[in-house]
Amino acid sequence: MSVRTSTRISIAALAAALAVGLAGCAVETTGPLGGSAADAELGPGTQVEGVSVVDGWVKAVDGGMTAMFGKVVNGTDAELTIVEVTSEAAGRVELHETVESPSGERVMREVEGGFVISAHGARMLEPGADHFMLMDVAAPLVAGDEVEFVLHLSDGSTHWFTVPVKDFAGGGERYESGDSHDDMGGMHLDHDAPVDE
Amino acid sequence: MTMPRADRHDQSAERRRGSSRRQFLVGGAVAGLGAAAAIGGDLLLQRGLTPASAPMDALNGAEVVPFYGEHQAGIDTAAQAHAQFIALDLHDGVDRAGLRRLMRILTDDAARLTQGRAALADMEPELALVPARLTVTFGFGPGFVARAGGVGPSWVRPLPQFPIDRLDERWSDGDLLIQIASDDPLTVAHAARMLLKDSRSFASVRWSQGGFRRAYGSERPGTTMRNLFGQVDGTSNPQPGTPEFDAVVWSGDGWLAGGTGVVVRRIRMDLEGWDRLDRTGREQAVGRTLSNGAPLTGVDEYDEPDLDAVTPIGFPVIPEFSHLRRARSADGSPEIFRRSYNYDEAPSRDAISDSGLIFVSYQADVERQFVPVQQRLAELDLLNEWTSPIGSAVFAIPPGCREGGYIGETLLG
Repeated sequence: MSVRTSTRISIAALAAALAVGLAGCAVETTGPLGGSAADAELGPGTQVEGVSVVDGWVKAVDGGMTAMFGKVVNGTDAELTIVEVTSEAAGRVELHETVESPSGERVMREVEGGFVISAHGARMLEPGADHFMLMDVAAPLVAGDEVEFVLHLSDGSTHWFTVPVKDFAGGGERYESGDSHDDMGGMHLDHDAPVDE
Repeated sequence: MTMPRADRHDQSAERRRGSSRRQFLVGGAVAGLGAAAAIGGDLLLQRGLTPASAPMDALNGAEVVPFYGEHQAGIDTAAQAHAQFIALDLHDGVDRAGLRRLMRILTDDAARLTQGRAALADMEPELALVPARLTVTFGFGPGFVARAGGVGPSWVRPLPQFPIDRLDERWSDGDLLIQIASDDPLTVAHAARMLLKDSRSFASVRWSQGGFRRAYGSERPGTTMRNLFGQVDGTSNPQPGTPEFDAVVWSGDGWLAGGTGVVVRRIRMDLEGWDRLDRTGREQAVGRTLSNGAPLTGVDEYDEPDLDAVTPIGFPVIPEFSHLRRARSADGSPEIFRRSYNYDEAPSRDAISDSGLIFVSYQADVERQFVPVQQRLAELDLLNEWTSPIGSAVFAIPPGCREGGYIGETLLG
């Protein structure tokens, strides 16, 4: 599949520069990752060259915005940074974290510098926490569909994976609509949102 | 058995005086392990611990039934204590591709939950950690098969109407069956919740029936269940793992090869009427003893009934109208595999019971195997006096799948 470029390319370049010397390190393709048995049970088609996405899924959406959750496992001996994520299903994919604002609000915002994953570590992507934010979803993503993603890592490698779409009411989580994300400002988690959207 | 807390911190006087029961519990282990172990056993007693507590570390809640395989689990699986049978009606507009998406999602949920892992997007992941032999089994009704553009089997349709039937639409038919069974009712509820959340955009609940047997650990595994009439129910079943079972249950037919057919009938049992029947009458109605389910001509449950035996005044010992005689095939070989559950709901006003049996039988060919049995019973079976079928549904149970595949792929793939 074609890989989209995006405004994140500058971050990618920077991170790649920082990661010089990591290329060519040994990568594990099998065996327990992160130490627990559950980590080793990777779904079909999700494991790629030492970096894998486990238990990944995307919240169903008619269009606009949605999010991908799961666990990104770094089975290599080196720290890696996810500098960019792309998907044919979305105009762009942002790497979001959820932090508490000075006023005590839970706020989602684009993370700076990408998601760092330590050697033999993992990054959890969960509702209400870190996640991949799919922006400008043009076609409906319905339950049972498969969505393809490409991870672009700081070592210059790219990793392809697919995850299923699931219906998800979402623990009171809601992404504010509107197209105000180009400013990289925070989005608000609306705790009072109805669970059924 | 884990020692009750009070037992653990009882003090030495009590232990010395009242330890006979505990020594009895330890006795088996001591006898098996010899003198050296006996000393150890005594030491354990001194500390208020017993070897009997050790096996309990292996909790039944952690027990797992494999999901992937030639056949779906939950059929030849030793029946769990609790089961939920849910029939769904497909939404209009769900096409073959939609069914494929639905079954991929549900298969993934079932594959995870049965192995004690949270489903994807599980909002209560902690509830998934105690599978207690959870199985999830899917069946396709006529509407599902038609929507899939599939052909046959011809018996996937409502059963012929029997004169005894008092069927209510709210307990009958349906496009997709989800059978969820576990030794833990909380596990059943969570699995049902997860599977229904993931079905919601494809289908709606048509009916849902919860059933139970004896709790796990109350009886020796493999004990034939009892229904709410007190009868031993299911003695003449073929035994899973035998050629006989395979011949009765598994289909070899087209997309159903490795699958089977299921009949789910809700049988209301008139406990008030049954109360008016004395014990002899009850045993005559079935042809088996109430004490252990032995045929009235035998001593043990699995004794072969002697249908020719007559009383001193010339009547058959096993009456012509008895359930045993009417249900039996010509050569006595089993034709169906029963895996039923009791139900006991809140009674309606002025009643004190709403009870019965979720009758569940598996057979490779419903028309050829089940219908003749039901016809014989409908014609004459004294039990009909106290039982009424109020729900009925037939589903084709597709075969199992391998990891990476999904249930229904032989029809939808």
